[in-house]
Order: sequence, then structure tokens, then C-alpha cells
Amino acid sequence: MDIHHLVKMANDIANFFKSEPDHQVALDGVAGHIRRFWDPRMRRAIIKWVDDDNGEGLQPLALEALKTYREKLMPQPVTE
Amino acid sequence: MYSVKELDAGTPARVSAKQVTLFIDGVSVTVPDGTSVMRAAMDVGVKVPKLCATDMMESFGSCRLCLVEIEGRKGYPASCTTLVETGMKVRTQSTKLAKLRRGVMELYISDHPLDCLTCPANGNCELQEMAGVVGLREVRYGYEGANHLSSAKDESNPYFTFDPTKCIVCSRCVRACEEVQGTFALTVDGRGFASVIAAGPTDFLKSECVSCGACVQACPTSTLMEKSIIDAGQPDHSEVTTCAYCGVGCSFRAEMKGSEVVRMVPDKDGKANHGHSCVKGRFAWGYATHPDRIRTPMIRKKITDPWQEVSWDEAINYAASEFKRIQQKYGRGAVGGITSSRCTNEETYLVQKLVRAAFGNNNVDTCARVCHSPTGYGLKTTLGESAGTQDFDSVDQADVMMVIGASPTDGHPVFASHMKRRLREGAKLIVVDPRTIGLVRQPHVEADYHLQLRPGTNVAVINSLAHVVVTEGLLKEDFVRARCEVKEFEKWKAFVSEPRNSPEAMEPITGVPAQQIRGAARLYASVPNAAIYYGLGVTEHSQGSTMVIGIANLAMATGNIGREGVGVNPLRGQNNVQGSCDMGSFPHELPGYRHISDAATRSLFEGDWKVKLDPEPGLRIPNMFDASLDGSFLGLYVQGEDVAQSDPDTQHVTAALSALECLVVQDIFLNETAKFAHVFLPGSSFLEKDGTFTNAERRISRVRKVMPALAGMSDWEVTMALSNAFGYPMHYNHPSEIMDEIARLTPTFHGVTYEKIDQLGSIQWPCNEGAPEGTPVMHVQEFVRGKGRFVITEYIPTDERTNSQYPLLLTTGRILSQYNVGAQTRRTANLMWHDEDKLEIHPHDAEQRGIKDGDWVGIRSRAGETVLRAVITERIQPGVVYTTFHHPFSGANVVTTDNSDWATNCPEYKVTAVQVTRVMQPSTWQKSFNEFDQQQRSLLPAHEKAKV
Repeated sequence: MDIHHLVKMANDIANFFKSEPDHQVALDGVAGHIRRFWDPRMRRAIIKWVDDDNGEGLQPLALEALKTYREKLMPQPVTE
Repeated sequence: MYSVKELDAGTPARVSAKQVTLFIDGVSVTVPDGTSVMRAAMDVGVKVPKLCATDMMESFGSCRLCLVEIEGRKGYPASCTTLVETGMKVRTQSTKLAKLRRGVMELYISDHPLDCLTCPANGNCELQEMAGVVGLREVRYGYEGANHLSSAKDESNPYFTFDPTKCIVCSRCVRACEEVQGTFALTVDGRGFASVIAAGPTDFLKSECVSCGACVQACPTSTLMEKSIIDAGQPDHSEVTTCAYCGVGCSFRAEMKGSEVVRMVPDKDGKANHGHSCVKGRFAWGYATHPDRIRTPMIRKKITDPWQEVSWDEAINYAASEFKRIQQKYGRGAVGGITSSRCTNEETYLVQKLVRAAFGNNNVDTCARVCHSPTGYGLKTTLGESAGTQDFDSVDQADVMMVIGASPTDGHPVFASHMKRRLREGAKLIVVDPRTIGLVRQPHVEADYHLQLRPGTNVAVINSLAHVVVTEGLLKEDFVRARCEVKEFEKWKAFVSEPRNSPEAMEPITGVPAQQIRGAARLYASVPNAAIYYGLGVTEHSQGSTMVIGIANLAMATGNIGREGVGVNPLRGQNNVQGSCDMGSFPHELPGYRHISDAATRSLFEGDWKVKLDPEPGLRIPNMFDASLDGSFLGLYVQGEDVAQSDPDTQHVTAALSALECLVVQDIFLNETAKFAHVFLPGSSFLEKDGTFTNAERRISRVRKVMPALAGMSDWEVTMALSNAFGYPMHYNHPSEIMDEIARLTPTFHGVTYEKIDQLGSIQWPCNEGAPEGTPVMHVQEFVRGKGRFVITEYIPTDERTNSQYPLLLTTGRILSQYNVGAQTRRTANLMWHDEDKLEIHPHDAEQRGIKDGDWVGIRSRAGETVLRAVITERIQPGVVYTTFHHPFSGANVVTTDNSDWATNCPEYKVTAVQVTRVMQPSTWQKSFNEFDQQQRSLLPAHEKAKV
């Protein structure tokens, strides 16, 4: 997956939730949205980006959400 | 003229709490107050002779054929214009009445050609019928006097003729154009004997006429007559079905001779259209039998190979084996499918079932991704259900309509006529649109406010409207506190109250004068009933979902939800957008909008489908394209969609399609996507299959098969065969069995059966134990989610910005005569109105660039470049240009970018920064498009090539 596209998508999501006054609600919102709507390969790719490249390009709320909820967002290993 | 099967009650039905009892020819009848004597007579089976009266419009009283006698009254009043009164005693037949009626008919016939045997209306002519009814035996005046029998016939319209020699000047056509359609294109020109019907000072084609056909339907003679009837003769049977064009979902009688459609007549009993139609639904159905239809399955290894015609079995087995091979090599998630809003509920249900149950993943999506997916997200978040809140008839109770980002006269013309009728009755209109859409100024309709915002600033406008409502004390706090989550409301209230959201602060961003915003907000919030109608100008933005949420916030804040006349109403672009979404076409949702991660819902489907389901959401359409280019998604089954033309950033899409190892396209034509396919499965048109469509008001209507599937299989049968070949058994004998399964598994559809739809005509979901006959208006007692939820909607400018290189904003849309990618309407005579897409540009911008009307202009964006002809118009504001996307060669989506809605990835079609310059030749993309198109046509079997 094009990581720059995924980074932009994550940032767009964070931009929506950052106006939420309660920071925890905003974090939950970003992570929850990605968990509910992103295919596992997309989640795997963005988490790898956070792990390997420190999430370069991600805006702070998106990065914090991905780090905070890393385990919940990481898909289970695929069993074929 | 009506279908031969329909009864015409003469005048419209009335609704009144007061009932009136009278006597017609000695028989007692009780009818609502306000009913005409003519209609009351019809209630007891007495057909009063008539010519100028018809129940689609108000009575006129000109023909004098419907005269009756009323005890205690002098003279012979017209029964169409005389209203019932308690105790009234009416005689419809007497010697005197018979004489009077014969006298009237003598006058009519003295100036009418006596060519009944060769007349196209023969056997279905009201004048002919009335001559028989009144017992006309002679015409004492003779036929030699002054007459209109040498008047010239107007054949300019591609679908109907106007033959003034047959005209009796009953004005039904004029009144239909005014009352039913609301266009006011026709008039009675001249006075007395010189009176003639005219479409202005020109012919029908060049006139203001929108070819809706209401006049043709209203005409009691063959003066206005369908060319198809002139060619084929009168139909011998009919079947009620549902239009396959826009989200209004008009009900039609397909009138047939054998298995050939000869006329489509809008059904008076149709609850979405009440007997009206537009040029597409009534006339543009010829595509169904167009020579371009491909009727034999085809396969090929590579897209540079010639197509090989094969049997259905061979094509389906080849597709299944390829998908299995891809999954074995690249993993279970390497294949998926796209459902279509042009297909039936049953078909889309089967495709998503195929993907989830047979492919074993959730890589299924639908074209709603690129139109109304933000509606699903926004309305589910705030109200709890991914659907519009009202039925269309609700507009009759609206005091204010706010139309945002939609052009109903182009995209939803039959509902536009309904809206215009209400506006002529006095409702107020607020239009929020960058363009001067048709509704802004029409005969007898003028918007009270046109908030002509800059493209991409919807959320700024909705926030400033909310700011006025909150800060000027226009909130319905009682409603909010009783019906909504108060804590979230308080947060939202504080947010919109901030001065930065005021109309004055937002004016530099939106371009809308603050006083207009204030006036519009006051108007919307101050009337008893205000309704919002919106379209893709709301959803197809980077903040599409945010705007839908903002609309729902505003409606809740003003208490405009949960009764007739109000609500939040998405105008769905295609006929079955609502249905395809309902059916579980989104990768994260099972049918009925239940998330795939929900174990209880999954378990329900697993039990019924006898298969384990993947709990992870799948890829959305744009994600599929990215994954294809990434090498992790290589097999795609596309039913009835044309992503290569309709989806944004064409070059990205076609690169992704080219990277697929197996693309299976099921369509009625070799569309742009099919040119990248390895398997082509011939599709069936709406006339060739049974099923249901669900329109924008959640109305489930039957699609009925009126002719055999041209390629031998209906679409649902093809998906079933594909699943069986893949190894997952599917067995249905009829689409009704698929609907039974949908109803079994979907709470909002629990009460839906084909039998019930046949009985009620149509059903609006939810239809279940709580609402056995359906639900016209939602959220009446409480919101589907319990309490309504306000959500903060911060305005965030799109990343798509103008600069010195790309100084203009391009926005896209559609036109009345064409539909979506044009695959259907381009193969009809509708081309006469729109044979190419053009670029609309403001005179100021054109002058700056030395562009004259009709010049070729290059439109260049960060994504690509295309060339169109320019149309200079003040419909759009300076700094903005506009085009449609109905023709593939136009390449409108070569220019649009991959920017998308933050929540749903719905593309931002409505905002693309571009530069426009005069050019002398097509773009590089257009040249390569033509070469590829020629190559692909050359790869067709010889007999198909001969056709094109």
C-alpha cells in the first residue's frame, strides 16, 4: 500500500477528531475509526511505518493514537 | 394518453376530514369534501363523458362534454368544476344532456380529420371513444368550413410528434406542463378559432420543453403521440416495474407487444412519482435492445489478446478457476467484488454474499463509495440509521426547503416537479450551491436565498448557519433536551457559538455575504416545518461526512426531524444506491448496516450461510486500486459498474485495473472497465429480470421481468453460477427467495416479502413487527440510535488549493438528459440534447484567457489534463468551472484527484484546482484513450466489431 496515501488518510481522520475537546475521546475516535474501517493490510502498513520510520508525516494526534492503540489495531496473523 | 389499463377519474382525489354524501343518478355516494361531481360519479361507476378533464391535474371546464343536471340548479353545470355538496342530487344522463353532448362533439369533429383507421391513437383515443359514448351519428356543420387540417406536424422531438391537425385545444398538455411538470413551456397561442397549442415561438425541440412526456400522456387524441407507438402500434399488455435511472425510483407500466416494449407510462399508483416521469425514464429505454449489447460470454488471457466467445459454463468456470489460482498464490484477501447501484437488491446481496462466503474475505464495495458513502457515515453517527428520514410526499408539508449541493431539476427531475409544485403553493426556498442551479429561478419559482458558496466550503456555511441559530435564540431547546444527548449538544453549542464560526468571520472563506447566511438561518429556523434536501455537492468533498453530520446537527437543533414536512433527505444519484448500501455492499458492514466485527451478527449469517466469516473489514474501492498497484489485490469481479470512467483520477484507476491478473466484468455493454477485463459476462437490463430497487426514500419497489434476458441469464443467476463454480453452493429458484433470505437476516427487512410488495405497491423500510406496512417517516418518537447525537464539525480547508498554476476550481455534475457514465443514455436519442461534455466558464474568466464560446480548452490539474469545448455562462461564479462526466472521451475524471472524504474515502469530485487554456487539439490522454479504444474494439469477435 502507498504509505504516503495511508499517512494522509490517517491525518485526515485525526483532523476531524482533534476538534474534540476531550483528548482521550479524540484518541479513541482516531483509533476506533481506523480499526473499524481499514483493511488489515492497511493497518499493518501504517503500524509498520510507525515502528520503522517513527510515523514520519503523521500529525501528532494520529501518531499518538496509533502508538497508544498499537496492539488493538494490529491485525491477527492471517490463517489461510 | 393513459395506458389502456388505467382508469381516469377525471379530477384529482381530495383528502378531507369532512365527508359529503350526495346522490348520483339516484345512487348514494360519500366522498371527501372538495371532490368534484365527476369524481364522485366515478366512485359509483358512472363515467361522465369528458375530454378536457383528467385526474392528473385540476379541472378546467372547457370542453362542456361533462355537463350534468343538478336538482334545484339552473342550467347544466360542468361536473368536473362543480364540487359535491351534502344532499346534492345529480343526473348524468337525460335526453337534453345527450343532445348537448352530441352538439359539442359535432363541433369538435367538424375540425378533426376522419382518419381514425390509420391514426396511431386508433383504439386508444378519447375523442374517438367519446364520439361513441355520446352517440355521434352526423356532423351537421360539414367538413368544408375553416379548419386546421393543413397545419404542419412538428416532428422535431426525437420521442414524440405534435400534430396540430388532431388537436382539440383542450389545454390538457398546457396544464400538464404547468401543473405536473412545472416547466410552463407550452401555451395556447391566439384566441377563439385561431387558438393553437404552441411551444413558444419555436418547435418542441428548441423550446423550453424538457421532454418529460406529461403532455403526451395528457393528450386525449394523437396530437401528441409517442413515435414508438406510431411505429409499432398500440400495446397489447403491460407490466408494472420500476425505472432504472435516478434515485426517485419512478413506477412505470412497461407497455408491450409480445416481448417488445413499445411505451413506458408512469404509473399513477406509483408512490414515488404519482404518474409523472422524466425524459430518461419515459423515453430513454431503447438502450436495452441496442446493437451494442453483448450477448455472449467472452474470455481472454491478456487484455491485448482477442476476445474469445465461449459458453456460459466455460466463462464462469474460467473466472472461478482464475480467482482460486490468485487466492492460492497471493492469499485469501487478493480478490474481491464491486456491486452496482444499477442492479437490484437481490443481485447486490448475492455479490456481497459471494465475496464474504465464497471468497472468504470482506473485499466488497459498491459505487456508493463514490457518491453517498458519507451519508451512511454521517446519518448513522448522528441519527442512528444510514438513510433519509422522509418520504417524498413529506415535501407537501414543508414550509421551507433547503437544497444543498443538488440540482433536482437535472438529477431528480420528477421529485423536482413535486418540489416546484409545493414552492408554487408558497413554500420558501434556500439554495446552497456554487452554481445557479435550475431551481434558483424557474417559472413561478425563485429561491429566497441562493448561498453561492465557494466549492469546498460547505462545512463553513453549515457552521455559520448553526451559529446564527444558536446565538440568535432560534434553537428548539425543548426538542433537543428531550430527544438528544445533552452533553454532546452542549459541546456542539459552545463550538458553533464561537465567533470564528459566525457568518461574518466565515464570509472571506465561503464567499457568501454574512447577511444572506443570517437571513437564510432565520428563515430555516423560524417556520413550523423546514426540510433539507441534499446531493453529491455535499458528500463528494474531503469533508463530505462532516457536512452530513453538520446538516443533521442543524436539523436536530431546530427540531426539524421526526414528522412530516421536515427531515434530512439525501437525494440518491442512482436508482438503487440506498438498496445497494442496505444489502451489505460496504466492506465493513453486513446487510442492515451491522459491523462485520459484531460477533452476534456474524454468527447469525454464519448459521444461515453455513460458513465462517472474516471479522475484519475489507478493502474499499480506492483501497482496492492501491492494493492492486501494490501487488496484494489481483482479482476483481465488477457487476454493473464502470470504474474506469466514473472513478476519480482515471490514470490511477486504469493503472490499477491493468495490474489485475483477472478482471471479471458483468455488464450489458463493453464499458470502459471491460476494456481491461479478462472475462466478460453479459449483463441483463432492468427489463430482463425480477427483483427490487430501493429508492432515496427507502421505498422498496418491484422490478418485473418483461422480456427474456438477451444473453440467456439474468444477473442474479450469473452470480449464483459463479459461486457454485467457486465451490460455495447457492441455490435460488427466483429472486423472491433471495429477498426471503434478506428479510430473515435483516431486522429492518423482517416484514418484506414479494407478496406484501405486490399487495401494497411498495414498502418503505423499516418493515417489521413494529411497522408491518413500512415506515414513511423515521425517528418519530425517538432516534434509531436512541438519543440524537450532536458532533462537532470543524471546518478544515481541503488540501486541493488554487495557486498561480491552478487558479480555478473545477466542480462536476450531471445534466437532465444523461445519466451517470452515460452507458445507457448515450445509446438513446437523448444524445440530441447532450452529445458531448462541455466546460462551463464564467465570462470574466473566459475573457481573461481569450476563450470564446465553443473554443476547445485544455483543463489541467495536478492529476491530468483533458480537452473540452467551452460554454461561457453566468450560471457559475468567477473562479469556478464546471463540467459533466457522461462521455468517456471527455475524460472529466482524468482531471479529478485522489483526494477523498476523511471518513469514507468518497472522492472529492467537487473541488479540483485547474488551469484552463485555449488549445487546438485533444489532450495526450485523449489521444491514448482513442488508441486504446480502437485496439480494444479490434479485439472483439468479428460480428461484434461489425456492429460498432
